Formats: sequence, structure tokens, C-alpha cells
Amino acid sequence: MTDEGEKKLVGIVLVSHSAAVADSVAEMAKGLSGGGAAPVRAAGGTADGGFGTSPELIAEAAQAVDRGAGVAVLVDLGSAVLAVKALLAEGDELPEGTRLVDAPLVEGAVAALVTASTGADVDGVLQAASEAYDYRKV
Amino acid sequence: MSSSEPAVDDTLDTPFFLRWLTTAATSVSHEAARLTDLDSAIGDADHGTNMQRGFAAVAEALEKEPPGSPGATLILAGRQLISKVGGASGPLYGTLLRRAGKALGDAEQITPQQLADALRAGVDAVAQLGGAAPGDKTMLDALLPAVEALGGATGSFAAAGEAAEKGALATVPMLARKGRASYLGERSVGHQDPGATSSALLIAALAEAAR
Repeated sequence: MTDEGEKKLVGIVLVSHSAAVADSVAEMAKGLSGGGAAPVRAAGGTADGGFGTSPELIAEAAQAVDRGAGVAVLVDLGSAVLAVKALLAEGDELPEGTRLVDAPLVEGAVAALVTASTGADVDGVLQAASEAYDYRKV
Repeated sequence: MSSSEPAVDDTLDTPFFLRWLTTAATSVSHEAARLTDLDSAIGDADHGTNMQRGFAAVAEALEKEPPGSPGATLILAGRQLISKVGGASGPLYGTLLRRAGKALGDAEQITPQQLADALRAGVDAVAQLGGAAPGDKTMLDALLPAVEALGGATGSFAAAGEAAEKGALATVPMLARKGRASYLGERSVGHQDPGATSSALLIAALAEAAR
């Protein structure tokens, strides 16, 4: 294992049908994680700015946050889930070690960014994000 | 089977596949308003425009850089659909065509039976991706009967076209269990599924290309 300072961090990609939602969740996660050292990128909406998901934007975002330690992709619903699964199934579209996270987008994004910024590996990031499902609000 | 349709030992070449997909693009464009109408009843009213945009990109890409084999043709088309559609139908139709194209390899000529097997592999991949089963009111309800009809002992492209159309109509009384329509529960009953409808158009275009 390398020094803490040289440790490669897991990248986070946030996918929503809305660019505004994805961008805002990324900003919020950064804010709530104390600036979070791990790279995070939003991939919201379609390439022409409409509501929907764009595999091209998702793949670009994943490349942008890839530091060689894996990429955790959090999604909202429907085509966002299917788009990431389709890209993963193709095998060559996303950086090695990219994983789809089964987590709520907002809560999961905060948990993922906080955890990734500590230098946790991709399994640790996935676990932290998916545990956000267990946090009951009522 | 009509006498003009390819027989079992006939081969299908790259121009056949280009014809299929350009016919599909024209058909999707003609039917875009109907697809969107169906989608406005139980979905988010974008299926027609999404499919039209995706297949227009397919037709453009095929014209710009015509692929050298049937498999490469389907893979290129699938890639365009995955990246251009912007809705769930993009990954689903893209996976259908890419997986079928990969199954065909780089042979320049293939038999109808090989195409039936490749489409079967594509449909299985769609089922796996979406997690849907027959009867869930999805595109599978048109595609599965179509590949069954195409691959059977008396299989033909015309029979596949008819089976897909019948499968799409059969979605009307079904309760949606996948996608945006599933949020509607019982209110999804009584509407034809837009995805099954566009799937029937795709298979009808295949039958037309074979005539």
C-alpha cells in the first residue's frame, strides 16, 4: 500500500434525469463533506440540456474522475439505472473498476464522497453509500 | 412463408441489414406521434421523439460510415441508440442490437437462423438489463413472440412481424410492472405499451426488408 498522501481516491459520478439536480447534489455533497478531496462529477440530463440521461455524459464524467482506484456511479431512476448498466455490460465504455451503486442519490452521494475522501477503496465507498438506505427518517 | 422471402439456406448480407435499419428509421419517424401519444397515457410522453432522434442518428451513422458486415451494422446502430436516445429505450434497444451484432461476429453473410439466434441473444440481454419478464407490459411482450416465430421450424420474417404486432396489442389489458408506467398501477391497464409498439415497428421493418 502507498502512503496516505499518494493514495488514489475513488471517483464519484452522480447521474440524474435533471442537470440541475445532479449539479446541485454534487455541490451539496462537496459542501457537506468538508470540501471532500475525492473527485466528483455530475452527469445530469441529456446532451442537449433536456430531462433524461446521456450515456455519453456519464462516460465522460467517469473518465474525468478516474484516478485508477475505481469509480462509484450513483443514479436516480429508470433510464439512469439502465444507461449505466448498459455501459457496464459493454465492458469497454467506462474506466476499469467502475461500479453502479445501489443507494439513494442525495444521501448516498454525501456518504460516498465523505468515504471516498478518506481514501477508502471502491467496496468501502459502495457500502457506505448503500447504507444510506438504512437511515430511517421517521 | 411467402415465396419471395429468404429461405432457410439463403444468406443475408450487409445491404439487407442497412435496408432493415433505414426502413425502421422511416417507420419510427412516421409513427413518432403515435408512440408519443401512447407514452403520454402511461409514461412521460417522449417515446416517439426519443426513438425518432435515436433512429435518425442510426441512419446518419450508417450512411456516413457504412459497416462491412451484418454484425458491425447492428453494433454501430446499437451504439448510436445507447448514446442518442436519452430515455430508457436507448440502453434497451441499444443492448438488443449490440448484443445481436456481437453474436453475429464478423461474417459477411449470415443465415436467417443465425439472425434468429442472434436476436434471441439480444432479447435475453434486454430482459436481463431491464429485469422484466413476459407479461410485464414491456417491449419484451412484442420481441419474445417475434424471435420465437422467427426461429421456429416454420419460422419466417413475416410470421415474426405478425407475432410482434399481436404481442404489442396483447399489452393493452396488462398491468405495467416496469418503468414509469408501473407507478400508475391499475391505471396502466387499458393502454397499449409504447415500447412493445416500437418493438413491433422494428420487427415489421425486418419483415419488410426481407420481402
